[in-house]
Amino acid sequence: MNVVIIGGGQAGLQIADSLRTEGFEGKIEVIAEESGLPYQRPPLSKDYLAPGKEPAPLPLRGASFFVDKNITLHEGVQALAIDRAQRKVKLTEGSLEYDHLVFATGARNRTLTCTGASLPGIHGLKTLADAEALHAALPTARNIVIVGAGFIGLEFAAAARAHGCNVTVLEFAPLPMGRALTSVMGEWFAAAHRSQGVDLRLGEGIGRFEPGADGRVGAAVSTTGASYPADLVLVGIGVQSNDTLASEAGLEISNGIVVDETLRTADPAVLAIGDCASFPSAHAHARLRLESVQNATDQARHAARTILGAESPYTELPWFWSTQGPYRLQMAGLARPDDDTLVLGDRAGAKFSVLCFREGVLAAVESVNMAADHMAARKLLAAGTAITRVQAETEGFTLKAAVNTPATPVSA
Amino acid sequence: MPTITYTQPNGTQQTLEVAEGTTLMRAAVSNGVDGIVGECGGQAMCATCHVYVRPEYAQALPEISDDEDEMLDCAAAERTDRSRLACQIKIDAELTEIVVDIPAGQL
Repeated sequence: MNVVIIGGGQAGLQIADSLRTEGFEGKIEVIAEESGLPYQRPPLSKDYLAPGKEPAPLPLRGASFFVDKNITLHEGVQALAIDRAQRKVKLTEGSLEYDHLVFATGARNRTLTCTGASLPGIHGLKTLADAEALHAALPTARNIVIVGAGFIGLEFAAAARAHGCNVTVLEFAPLPMGRALTSVMGEWFAAAHRSQGVDLRLGEGIGRFEPGADGRVGAAVSTTGASYPADLVLVGIGVQSNDTLASEAGLEISNGIVVDETLRTADPAVLAIGDCASFPSAHAHARLRLESVQNATDQARHAARTILGAESPYTELPWFWSTQGPYRLQMAGLARPDDDTLVLGDRAGAKFSVLCFREGVLAAVESVNMAADHMAARKLLAAGTAITRVQAETEGFTLKAAVNTPATPVSA
Repeated sequence: MPTITYTQPNGTQQTLEVAEGTTLMRAAVSNGVDGIVGECGGQAMCATCHVYVRPEYAQALPEISDDEDEMLDCAAAERTDRSRLACQIKIDAELTEIVVDIPAGQL
């Protein structure tokens, strides 16, 4: 048996690791587009950009891992085409045969198409090379414009403020991180970033960029016509899944590579995991594509078991985090804009949680600097413990205490 | 050079020579030490780099922050008064040698 994994990110390496842990003895080959040892992406928009540091990338696994576990890493190699009838992957040089093929191809940054979008000084942030370019540019940057108030944009805003830069964030939507957070939390973060000196412009998108005298980006003009001086721009407007190869191989694509609850595509020899996979979520009761470390690694562990013959559905609880300057944001479950919310803790002191109720029962929790709440919420939601709003409003209620209280599980 | 010794639950030990500034998590992950996952990349967000520090090294350690404290409460293996997150312990001038025990599970 022979497993070929396309993608050397968190999902790709985890499934290689898990296959060995689960006792798989066949050949494992990982195709990684970038050269060098595969690395952790989360620190790139946080610690890596902190002032006064000479950062080194954090490897996902050390070089010895590949030797010890007998996993072949093809670094700096691209998969060009899949022949599903022959079970073959064509590479930039040569080809590989597979019994099982795993797409762990991740996602790539969306890019702007407006006037001036390709001027020098306009960056994205996804790869180590992107982070290195920003790390080199930050110490001399003065005026920074960030397009998009999502996680990456706001993590970068906090890093740029720490470097003493003037920071303007343009966000078309009415609230920051609007796709992922409740409006209560979005409003709190808008105020928090403004209190840190970020000029957060909501309801204001990017119109065009204008060059400065040196030919590099000089200003960003927003959809309202306002002009903001900019010697460095970061574009953080989300990602799209890397599914072209799968699509060309005739696999179904619907905002990602379509898989069933065991993470297999319609071709039982082909699986997809992580940022590139569109899977039926047991928690959302809908098809989803999630971009997170938890989703990548938990799906990898699950898909390894699927390859080895398990037929169980993937049901892990989604959780996420983001560090934005002094604010550690942790999310358990999938919040929805129309959830009924209850705030517990100290909003002014930046230590609180937003509990999200759906049909009267706890469905998700967003926490700022409240790791205990987050970890308790993960346990409660994963176990399907029914916490009602009435319970949560009781004097002295904490999520942590609720974990230790016997309760009746809800049936989904 | 400073050294870190990792002890597996079965008693086998691995000693690494490391540069100042590295964390116990980074050294373990970079050198393929089993049982330290570090899934979040050293952000104290996942509690998968839980270790038990041998008591003789306890006083050279940085204090536990609120975040680390709360995450440790939820680590997969039992928390004891020797429990720390390996990502929060940096090898520096104060701490040039340390021995830790790795718990039986991190997930």
